[in-house]
Amino acid sequence: MGRYFRRKLLIYGLTFVIAVSINFAVPRLMPGDPVARMLTRNSVANVESSEAMRGYFNELFGLDVPLWQQYFNYWGALFRGDLGVSVFAFPSPVATVVADALPYTLALLLPSILLSWFVGNALGAMAARNKLLDNGALPIGYVLTAVPYMWLAILLAWVGGIILGWFPVAGGYSFALTPAFTWTFIVDLVHHWFLPFLSLFVVALGGWAIGMRNLVIYELESDYSNYLQALGAPNRLVRRYAFRNAVLPQITGLALQLGVVVGGALVTEVVFAYPGLGSLLLNAISSQDFFLLQGILLFIVIGVLVFNFLADVVYVLVDPRTRLGLEGGQS
Amino acid sequence: MTLEVADLQVHYRTLKGDVRALDGVSFSLADGEIVGLAGESGCGKTTLGKSLIRLDGRMRHVGGTAVLDGDELPIGDDKAMNARRWKEVSIIPQYSMSALNPTRKIGKMIAELLRARGKSYREFKDELVRRLELVGLTEKVLDNYPIELSGGMKQRVVMVLSTLLDPSLLIADEVTSALDVTNQRAVAETLVRFRDMGFVKSMIVVTHDLSLVYQIADTIMVMYAGRIVEKAPAETIIKSPKHPYTRALIGALPEVGLEYGDERLQSIPGKPPHLLNPPTGCRFRARCPLASEECEAEPPTVTVEAGHEVSCWKAN
Repeated sequence: MGRYFRRKLLIYGLTFVIAVSINFAVPRLMPGDPVARMLTRNSVANVESSEAMRGYFNELFGLDVPLWQQYFNYWGALFRGDLGVSVFAFPSPVATVVADALPYTLALLLPSILLSWFVGNALGAMAARNKLLDNGALPIGYVLTAVPYMWLAILLAWVGGIILGWFPVAGGYSFALTPAFTWTFIVDLVHHWFLPFLSLFVVALGGWAIGMRNLVIYELESDYSNYLQALGAPNRLVRRYAFRNAVLPQITGLALQLGVVVGGALVTEVVFAYPGLGSLLLNAISSQDFFLLQGILLFIVIGVLVFNFLADVVYVLVDPRTRLGLEGGQS
Repeated sequence: MTLEVADLQVHYRTLKGDVRALDGVSFSLADGEIVGLAGESGCGKTTLGKSLIRLDGRMRHVGGTAVLDGDELPIGDDKAMNARRWKEVSIIPQYSMSALNPTRKIGKMIAELLRARGKSYREFKDELVRRLELVGLTEKVLDNYPIELSGGMKQRVVMVLSTLLDPSLLIADEVTSALDVTNQRAVAETLVRFRDMGFVKSMIVVTHDLSLVYQIADTIMVMYAGRIVEKAPAETIIKSPKHPYTRALIGALPEVGLEYGDERLQSIPGKPPHLLNPPTGCRFRARCPLASEECEAEPPTVTVEAGHEVSCWKAN
């Protein structure tokens, strides 16, 4: 098994290098010039001072050296934890800008993904053996999955925020407050957090439930379930086995979902004006902020790789069949 | 008398109506008897085997009874059957290769199954290991996942597991179909050994392989279109079959030691009738070389000699 993990790690490492290189290249291949943009923003009319500023910015962002040198500088800075300076939020360093947005995204996505996974799997497993639930609850799941997410989010914001007026419709916290570790602020935070969380939870729920239902039904019809029942095994045991085996593909699905967590839920964050990585990413693109864009993409790459690796590890632990394949066992 | 089946009728529910897979099956099975159940695909052999232990979702018990050791089996009542399964009636399924939960170690699965049936694994462990060794496996397989065993090994594990509680009746459903010839032989011998050692009292061996069942069965029943058409001691069925269908089946078997040359083995022309709407009278008459007018009426069951029963007008 050690050999398997070493090989996996190597592949993940290689993927990381390639991803980081692409990450370096993509913003530079985009049309537009961030320095020119900075200059316009500062509305420098004088040609001489404009030239001086251009030189200053080029040096600051490290754009004054040839591309290949930029590439190596980029790697060097990366290992020092230096992601450069943001253009969009000049002069904050990218690391700070990303670190400020990250908690919002994580607090929004981790609970919604995990909770919808747990609840969806439980619901799906129940629906698999309960006609009433299958006919009643699952169609709702189909509708929720099929509905365009944007529409649902806007609907939720409209109903919860405007009609009922229970929740604020925008922002991560009230503008009247300053972030602090106080009860008022935390309550306000949760208050703002609820609607975007709910929208993500509800949309993901149906998909998990439907998938789980089908998987459990498949397992309950399989030979080993039939054999157990022929030997008079109580339903409890048969269902436990079926559930355990059905959940395996769902684990992979969860890992993939978690992998993109750091990318943020762009649409959610836009609809609810939530200050997470998603809206930051959008801002970075629209203001041609190479460095911020690189920084965010880097986080996404790391997130995807780490969670995929975790999925590999978990899968090997829970499914003996994968383990055997790795050890060269015969079927 | 271990098993007494009377006029058993089991139908499959389909959108087009009921398919009468078992249409009035009666037979009995003595203590220690191994009966072979033979016939073409779709004649109801597997349905008969399943009916005695567990109807699947589409099967419906329409009529008739099965009495095991003086106690009627609640065939149509899945819950009530549960108490009888494994302890009194057990099955070695067609799909032994995939009958074990792939994500559980075999020992753990058996332990959990025993516990779920209110038995203690520790009590059965020694017997389990003894029987595994009897079929040429070691205690080590209990620590393996099913995927780590070969097909033949899995089959043997299932055979031991199915008979662990010493059931009265064992249904062996096409147990040899997926195996190569040497393994077939070993499995057949193991079945006989299980009977001889008292692990099972009596046995129904469902198969389409007459030559194999001939070697192990005391009695052979031949089924056609949901009914038993002939029942006789194994020797008699092979040497002097009475029913034209049985004769045709045996005629289709190659014989060892005979040169066939250009001669072709006889196959039975036509197909068995569809059981959604079975024909009246003798169901074999459309394919029967001897068919005549009287065959349009229900054939009588004739006892040719003690233990040899045939449902045919031409039996005498």
